[in-house]
Amino acid sequence: MADSAPTLVDGGPRPGGAPAPARPGGPARPARRGRRTPPGPTAPPRSFVWTRRILLTLLAVFAAVPLYAMLSSSLKPLEDVTGAFHWFPSELTFRPYIDIWRTVPLGHYFLNSLIVAASATVCSVVIAVFAGYAVSRYRFRGRRLFTVTVLSTQMFPGILFLLPLFLLYVNLGNATGIALYGSRGALILTYLTFTLPLSIWMLAGYFDSIPRDLDEAAQVDGCGALGALFRVLVPAAAPGIVAVAVYAFMTAWGEVLFASVMTNDATRTLSIGLQGYSTQTQVYWNQVMAASLVVSVPVVAGFLLLQRYLVAGLTAGSVK
Amino acid sequence: MSTRTERIRRAGMPYLLLVPALVLELIVHIAPMVTGIVMAFKDLTQEYIRNWGSAPWAGLGNFRIAVDFDAPVGEALLRSFGITCAFTVLAVGLAWLLGVTAAILMQDAFRGRAALRALFLTPYALPVYAAVITWSFLLQREGGLVNHVLHDQLGLVDEPPFWLVGDNSFLALVVVSVWRTWPFAFLMLTAALQNIPRDVYEASALDGAGIWRQIRHVTLPALRPVNMVLLLVLFLWTFNDFNVPFVLFGKSAPESADLISLHIYQSSFATWDFGAGSAMSVLLLLFLLVVTACYLLLTRERSRPRGR
Repeated sequence: MADSAPTLVDGGPRPGGAPAPARPGGPARPARRGRRTPPGPTAPPRSFVWTRRILLTLLAVFAAVPLYAMLSSSLKPLEDVTGAFHWFPSELTFRPYIDIWRTVPLGHYFLNSLIVAASATVCSVVIAVFAGYAVSRYRFRGRRLFTVTVLSTQMFPGILFLLPLFLLYVNLGNATGIALYGSRGALILTYLTFTLPLSIWMLAGYFDSIPRDLDEAAQVDGCGALGALFRVLVPAAAPGIVAVAVYAFMTAWGEVLFASVMTNDATRTLSIGLQGYSTQTQVYWNQVMAASLVVSVPVVAGFLLLQRYLVAGLTAGSVK
Repeated sequence: MSTRTERIRRAGMPYLLLVPALVLELIVHIAPMVTGIVMAFKDLTQEYIRNWGSAPWAGLGNFRIAVDFDAPVGEALLRSFGITCAFTVLAVGLAWLLGVTAAILMQDAFRGRAALRALFLTPYALPVYAAVITWSFLLQREGGLVNHVLHDQLGLVDEPPFWLVGDNSFLALVVVSVWRTWPFAFLMLTAALQNIPRDVYEASALDGAGIWRQIRHVTLPALRPVNMVLLLVLFLWTFNDFNVPFVLFGKSAPESADLISLHIYQSSFATWDFGAGSAMSVLLLLFLLVVTACYLLLTRERSRPRGR
């Protein structure tokens, strides 16, 4: 049993060199999640309280005004959005929310986005779990090379991949008869790799923060490496996995560049569909705002509900 | 207990686990990147799109055109590069400043903190196109909220200005970009602040340090490692940003807001000259590599004497 230890990583330095605070593999100390009581025994001075009030109010206005305009305009009748801007609707109406499904094939775009984002998320998370496990629990030749290469793809400009990938898909389609270009499959394949590097990084950190004794014990009990992964690590890292899934879904749901080139009328996703909607000559802003709100609600709700885990996933020691 | 086969299986296991990730990275990232670099040396115009292997070699021709700053193509590229640099410095600086301010001010619990945090994070959680479309509505010359406030309500300008065409579009781009990215800085820094041990604060409070001194001498130094990574990530994202200008301006950005990614995209797909587009992309990549390498070297050297 003792001789199985050398292959397991014992919290060694993170690849990449630079201190990596964004990953959860940092110093493991039990941090209480969420609130922190005031640092000193004394209450903060008035100067601090007032600075805080003023600055946070300004920031809140900056953050909230566009959101308010989006919501209020989506409840306005068409006359309210064709002339000068009004802070308040002349009358509240839900018509825009009904009309959007008929003016543009929003349902169709919605379905496409859902299929693409959900598939990309599932694949990306499964693959990242395996890779994160390998990086976290094994020391092997090429480990550093792998993490550095994968992470550095994250910094490359999307535009660099776009043209060759476009050509690759077109030519692969010509050569094999599988229509990749314009298909949802090509988009899923592309998106899932976008989120892979950060997902692997975050999950490796999550796994690092789970005591090794747990899965070593499972392996000793005859679980095998995969058994230990699925019976011990995956349940223990569930919040991290959820956070990674949310991140992957948000990325795929919001992607614009590749969607603008790699979709056609049948596979158009929301990003390009809505953009076309808002650049027509006669824009129904109330409907466009309603549509923007409708497509945002699922991801914003998911993000806000799970941001606790996302923050926890990005900090050390929050996972026991 | 650990037999020979057991050892081999153990050694092979990590590679087996990495295979799916490796294959995908290879298909979608590494192969296109190599292809892209090869394409930059080819005379790849419209007629060769369907069969790009047969395009004639161009040597350094594409690069020569891209960096010939006296000719229109090179001149436009250089201008776009300059605009992107200015945009990145402004947008990253502001996003970081707002993020660090909010994170520090919200470190201690107060009533309504959770709601405020949710509000601050919402712009980042919105799909980028929904956020930017909303801004393009606010920035309409007629009927937009921004001009309504500036012109109709405050009377700060005589004429309602254009925000999405002309020189103002640069400002519009910075504001929209900051609105979308500062919550990310806020999120990262909030996470990092939770990692500062409480006893550090307690110790400095016992020494008689007030909250302002604590922020200067405890909080900010503790955030240093996060800031280094955060600024690099923000720089790379902002410099490569395509989504915000593309959705805000459509396929043709005004000259003063012609960011490099959109510029390359337009010049590639307008003329279908993928060779030139690839050459520009390769130059962009080289620039980013050099900047990142310099940044990492500089920050590492400076942090080493102080580090553990």
